[in-house]
Amino acid sequence: MRPLGGQRRGASRKRGGSVNLYQLASPATFYPFAGKLAPWFAIAAALLTIAGLWIGFGIAPTDFQQGEAYRIIFIHVPTAWMSMFIYLVMGFWSILALTFNTRLSAMMAQSLVPSGALMTFIALWTGALWGRPTWGTYWAWDARMTSELILLFLYFGVMALRNAIDDARRADRACAVLTIVGAVNIPIIYFSVQWWNTLHQGASVSMTAAPKMASIMLMGMLVMAFAAWFYTIAVSLWRVQAIILERERGAGWISARLGLAGASR
Amino acid sequence: MNFLAMGGYGFYVWGAYGVTAIVIAAEIMSLRAHRRAAARLAATTPQSENSP
Repeated sequence: MRPLGGQRRGASRKRGGSVNLYQLASPATFYPFAGKLAPWFAIAAALLTIAGLWIGFGIAPTDFQQGEAYRIIFIHVPTAWMSMFIYLVMGFWSILALTFNTRLSAMMAQSLVPSGALMTFIALWTGALWGRPTWGTYWAWDARMTSELILLFLYFGVMALRNAIDDARRADRACAVLTIVGAVNIPIIYFSVQWWNTLHQGASVSMTAAPKMASIMLMGMLVMAFAAWFYTIAVSLWRVQAIILERERGAGWISARLGLAGASR
Repeated sequence: MNFLAMGGYGFYVWGAYGVTAIVIAAEIMSLRAHRRAAARLAATTPQSENSP
């Protein structure tokens, strides 16, 4: 990107008074925007985690069937939701990246991959520790667990594919295609408990039916879900900043931002 | 002590919460390292006319 272009855009934004989407799609504009937003999401995530843990351990009563072991669901369910949701968001950015050939969309997809893998790992781990006392086994090769494990491998696959391709724009396209193809796994995970006779139980919470759990437990789970969501947003905004610095290095606006303009030429 | 025992499920409950805390801490630490490395890389790259 040429420095002049950046200045022109900056000037027009000042005149217009508002930020429009086309300007935000430029890494130079998005970088400071991400930096301003991220701390607020991080603070919200921290406060929601404290509130969620307080509800989960302080207020919610012991389950009459599962005893205290059920308290694992306060992390299991939110992270399992996030593991699928993050993948869908990656798919959305990948479609944008392929259709409009926008660098920032691909960088947004890239920034979500580690967080998606993290959420998937936590969902699998906590599921195993919940399954042992509740079902009598840490693991079973049923459709829900197997497809969630495949999701973890998809996240690893996208990471490995990016590392294997030197040219960033080619890596963007390859990762976008892999992400979109792999998205077929998401409905399989979601509906696996209906389509197959799985050890994993059906959904306790759904969009269409009344939740099959006590409202204080549901409340704790929802608060933790928002905490996981805001945490992911904060982390991915901070990560996309690092990705922008790596990939746009040498651009005039970065040298200017780091106070290097002219000095390094 | 009762709270830590979790009605006999302490190993499972704290195993779940403990590992979750550890991997989240690991992600935050690796993110900080990533950001520092990216800033160093950008600072040592000379400004170029054509975008990378």
